[in-house]
Amino acid sequence: MSEALSAGPPAVSTVPARARSRAPRGLFAAAALSALLVLLPIAFTFWRAASFGAAEAIDLIFRPLVGELLINTLMITVSTTLVSAVIGTAAAWFVERTHLPGRRAWAVLSAAPLAMPAFISSYAWVSLSQDLQDFTGALLVLTCAYFPLVYLPVAAALRGMDPALEESARALGCNRWTTFIRVVLPQLRPALLGGMLLVALGVLSEFGAFTLLRFRTFTTQIYAEFRTSFDGGGASLLACLLIVICLIVLAFEFRVRGAARYERVDRGTRRAVLRYELGVWRWIVVAGLALLSVTTLGVPLGMIGYWLTQPGAAAVTPADVSPELLFNATISSLGFGLAAALLTTLLVVPLAFLLVRYPTRFATLFERTVFLAQGVPGLVIALAIVSLAVHALQPLYQSATLLVIAYSMLFMPLALVSVRAAFMQAQPRLEETARALGLNWSQTLLRVVLPLAGPGLGAAAAMVFISVVTELNATLLLSPLDTQTLATQVWADTSTMAFAAAAPYAALLTGISLFASGLLFALLGKSALLGERS
Amino acid sequence: MAYNSFGARLRAVATTLGSAVALTLAAFATVPSAAEAASITLYNAQHEQVVNLLAKDFEKQSGISVKIRNGEGPAMAAQIVAEGAATPADVYFTENSPELMLLEEKGLLNKVDNSTLATVPTRFNSPTGAWVAVTARENVLAYNTTKVQASQLPQSLFDLAKPEWKGKIGIAPSDGDFLPLVSAVLALKGEAQTVQWLKGLKANAQIFDDDEGVVAAVNRGGVATGLINNYYWARLHAELGDAKTRSAIYHFANGDAGAAVNVSGAAVLKSAHNTDGAQKFLAYLVSERAQELMAKSHVMFEYPLHAGVAPDPILKPFAELSPPPLTIQQLGDDSQAGKLLRQAGLL
Repeated sequence: MSEALSAGPPAVSTVPARARSRAPRGLFAAAALSALLVLLPIAFTFWRAASFGAAEAIDLIFRPLVGELLINTLMITVSTTLVSAVIGTAAAWFVERTHLPGRRAWAVLSAAPLAMPAFISSYAWVSLSQDLQDFTGALLVLTCAYFPLVYLPVAAALRGMDPALEESARALGCNRWTTFIRVVLPQLRPALLGGMLLVALGVLSEFGAFTLLRFRTFTTQIYAEFRTSFDGGGASLLACLLIVICLIVLAFEFRVRGAARYERVDRGTRRAVLRYELGVWRWIVVAGLALLSVTTLGVPLGMIGYWLTQPGAAAVTPADVSPELLFNATISSLGFGLAAALLTTLLVVPLAFLLVRYPTRFATLFERTVFLAQGVPGLVIALAIVSLAVHALQPLYQSATLLVIAYSMLFMPLALVSVRAAFMQAQPRLEETARALGLNWSQTLLRVVLPLAGPGLGAAAAMVFISVVTELNATLLLSPLDTQTLATQVWADTSTMAFAAAAPYAALLTGISLFASGLLFALLGKSALLGERS
Repeated sequence: MAYNSFGARLRAVATTLGSAVALTLAAFATVPSAAEAASITLYNAQHEQVVNLLAKDFEKQSGISVKIRNGEGPAMAAQIVAEGAATPADVYFTENSPELMLLEEKGLLNKVDNSTLATVPTRFNSPTGAWVAVTARENVLAYNTTKVQASQLPQSLFDLAKPEWKGKIGIAPSDGDFLPLVSAVLALKGEAQTVQWLKGLKANAQIFDDDEGVVAAVNRGGVATGLINNYYWARLHAELGDAKTRSAIYHFANGDAGAAVNVSGAAVLKSAHNTDGAQKFLAYLVSERAQELMAKSHVMFEYPLHAGVAPDPILKPFAELSPPPLTIQQLGDDSQAGKLLRQAGLL
């Protein structure tokens, strides 16, 4: 291994080459461990699928059902991605490039739906009307949940754009619309495409919302296989197909994101962006944005509020809310969230540090491996872990530890992005100065590196915390004996149509998620959302 | 069985390749401790809310606490088989007899106390006394009252496979309750006719994930009729109230396969850590007190099997049902049902 390591690219800094080119063994091993953790369930799923005979596998894959699922899955993915792209871009343009009344409020309201898990809003919509199901319902709920993934990068790109190009276009006779199509849109391409691909990945992995909305996709069928045969293996074949689709999307996302880095090289001074006057149209735009917020936030929150006040069936059935269960579920959700946030952040720190300080080919390989997890639906990872645990890791089977490890496998990519960025901003010179002034490694770490990278680490932990609290698949499959979380309680009550009983859990879950998102927002600074220094 | 050789191969791979990882993970693992004397572990595939209520009541009465893991019947049975002797479960409580029959055949169940078995009619229990029946449920056809007239409803379950029902029937082949219906048809009519029926259904039916989905779609008019177990409709009705209920249920008559009755039952695992507590829980489940709680739960809507406990008034009296003549043994363990569903393209 050390031989391969020294083949890495030469260092480019003032640090002596010998010290730079070779990472400490412990650091390298720790980074390798996180990559291995992510690889384990994916490799296992493929290995499991490969244990089918070729003929049997062909029979299982080329059955009519798989064709139907493929059509459903692709249809909903493409539609949601396109609709999210249009809504996200339109909202971003109006917020960033016009003199819109209440601009800051709309900016926050357009990003906030990210904190509302799709299965909670589908609970709200389904309980409002049983007619909102199948394709239409799925399109509505998923677009509401995922359009901020387009809004956020597009808004950021619009803020960073040089107005000179647009002015030239206008001066050369283009009207607003042609300017947008021919000048603004091409510049938005990396942000827009990147956002769209994230939406696509989200839709491909979605499970809870589809089940509640009675729309069948690969994920719901994988769960159906699990329900009829535990780890019978049929699920692993479907899972492999789904992973392949996801990895194709992920590969596109890598390309787009790679390209985006180059576009941002120029950071020269420029004037503030152009803002257009909307005239009387502004009220129509405001009405549109208001409608969007009502749909994405108003209805879900309103329905939860409505069911909270309804005795409903809860008054006459045992499906009532016991304060004890509510308390226990909340504690479990918070506990898992905190434990997973801590473990995940700890797991990515060595890898992020390796990537920033010792960017060898191996480091990049580990990074890519961890990002694979983004392209593998949580349900698939959870299923693989259940199978692995029951057959080979008995001591961990059904333990809280295993669930926390599963969360880490799922959310390491999320944490890695943020932690790596934090280490990049922490200059190595400061560490060297600290060492030169007589601090040892651990003191340097405690007094220099961590304070510098602190906000980034905090943001990573907060993001993982939010994702874990709102996670459903892995929690459902791996939660330890006699342990309920807010998410699994909402699930249990909603799938038996006990809407009133689900409400307190849904309210607490949404409350925690919104609160933690607000905290994250404060941590990242307002500039992340509004483009202004706070 | 496939999972055995699979498990063996996996263990081999795991020990050679993954032992380092496993050790690292195990280092900070919380090893599940052996069940304490005063608690039992329940693998539950019955309604979570009702079972929570029962478990609490049992705890109060006996001082034995109940730890619950919830899941779907067939999955939990397969899970217990996969876990083998290492299963943490003391008791398995599920919605349909075939899952219990599977565990019985694998020799994983302990005999139930005779006094417990004697509480319910013998014909519903395990033939060897390996599990006890707790409640019964009926297969029915739910229909949307604005889309279908009662007079247009089919005489037999097999009519639904005919071309005139194309697009008018909803089913949930992956629901744990559909497999026993297929097993019932198989036991009554043989394989050829069952496959033919399933292929007809495949051509006609809208597919849903579970019976809740079927009955909800029938009620909102998404599909005209749907094959479900009776209590799904009763539960929807309880939640929506009369005003929003636009559906009703139809009972197949004359001993038609469509009116098959299934039993929910419970068993004590041979590997139980607390056999005594587990037997007490089974005795509790068929006691008058527990059966009254279930019957009045307004969530479960099944027929209590304890003589003298009346079912929810919304249910058709048990004596008036007309199920086909099938014994628990004839219904079997569902091992063929999944295969036939796949053959017909429904799974």
